[in-house]
Amino acid sequence: MADTFQFDLVSPERRLASVQATRVQIPGSEGDFTAMPNHAPFLTTLRPGFVTVTAEGQVSEYLVTGGFAEVTPEAASVLAERALPRGEVNAEVMAEIEAEAQAAFDSAPEEGRTAAAQRLRDVQALTARLRG
Amino acid sequence: MPSLKDLKVRIESVKSTRKITKAMQMVAAAKLRRAQEAAENARPYAERMRAVLGNLAASVQASPTAPKLLAGTGRDETHLIVVATSERGLAGGFNAAIVKIARYQIDKLVAEGKTVKILTIGKKGREMLRRDHGKRLVGHVDLSEVKRVGYENAAEIARRITDMYNNGEFDVCTLYFSRFQSVISQIPTERRLIPAEFEAPEGEAGQAAANYEYEPDEEAILADLLPRGLATEIFAALLENAASEQGARMSAMDNATRNAGEMIDRLTIEYNRSRQAAITKELIEIISGAEAL
Repeated sequence: MADTFQFDLVSPERRLASVQATRVQIPGSEGDFTAMPNHAPFLTTLRPGFVTVTAEGQVSEYLVTGGFAEVTPEAASVLAERALPRGEVNAEVMAEIEAEAQAAFDSAPEEGRTAAAQRLRDVQALTARLRG
Repeated sequence: MPSLKDLKVRIESVKSTRKITKAMQMVAAAKLRRAQEAAENARPYAERMRAVLGNLAASVQASPTAPKLLAGTGRDETHLIVVATSERGLAGGFNAAIVKIARYQIDKLVAEGKTVKILTIGKKGREMLRRDHGKRLVGHVDLSEVKRVGYENAAEIARRITDMYNNGEFDVCTLYFSRFQSVISQIPTERRLIPAEFEAPEGEAGQAAANYEYEPDEEAILADLLPRGLATEIFAALLENAASEQGARMSAMDNATRNAGEMIDRLTIEYNRSRQAAITKELIEIISGAEAL
């Protein structure tokens, strides 16, 4: 049994990571989950949060604002709308993301209201955690 | 026959033109490298997106509640033609080639009695289409202020198109752009955006798709992903277009530089001949003058 699997993190503009990982923690829209080798095929949308990748004993974190993840027994890929390595995340970036979520909420149509509100709450929780 | 001075002035003028085209060629080469890199970086995302959407679409297709973006409106009356061109000219046949296939399609649709609406991205396409399809233009996306096309630009365009679609302003949407193959070859391409079109996943992949677990359910994911897929397609097209534009400009300017060089050679020969002729003429005059004495 393989103890690593292929993990890819891509955003529309670039490929942020492509490694043999042992475990990857992903913030799914209906709950965080950890992908490990031989995970059942799984597809989920993401909520704003951190993707934590463990590869070769190294742990790296990436901020994602949304998108989706596809997990198969051999590989996992995260297609993020926007992704940043942990090191590039600062108060400024978070403020920008929060403002975007706020704007999306303000202009959300009736049926998308709950989703936009949820997203805004997620972003705010994230900012609070980072400040914490 | 032009005088010596005229020739000299012309040679100088062609020389400065050559300097300009040469500089433009080098700028285009540098920009091309960057544009190509951007297009390549965006490829993995677009590929995964297509694969996942293809899988999802295949499993939802049959359902009567499939999202409209995928299933279409069931009609084929009003077409939205999105023409992506560049903001600047001097890029050889780049813009003309895209507009040509778009125009062909527009004429065909009009002849079939369909309603055609045109959305242009980039100034050049708008200028070319305004002449004979002015009243069909419904909108324009101005990217002249944008230095580097970002995903946000594409997402914005996608939002605009989706809004129009949801308001029932069109049934079918097709995008025209130029695919970058190499510096000397850019292929004008059409791609249908709405209803979304996917290649059916092949045997094995199709089987695997059936076993996926979805969170939230398939249709909710699809509803979330389709607008994103649309933005991704547009983004990919814009990047291909940017690379093609620079490639086309580079080869056009290379040609122009070469032509200018040839012209300078020709004019220089003419100049030297005329100068020699003038000298000979003077000599003959002096000699015959001396003989006459």
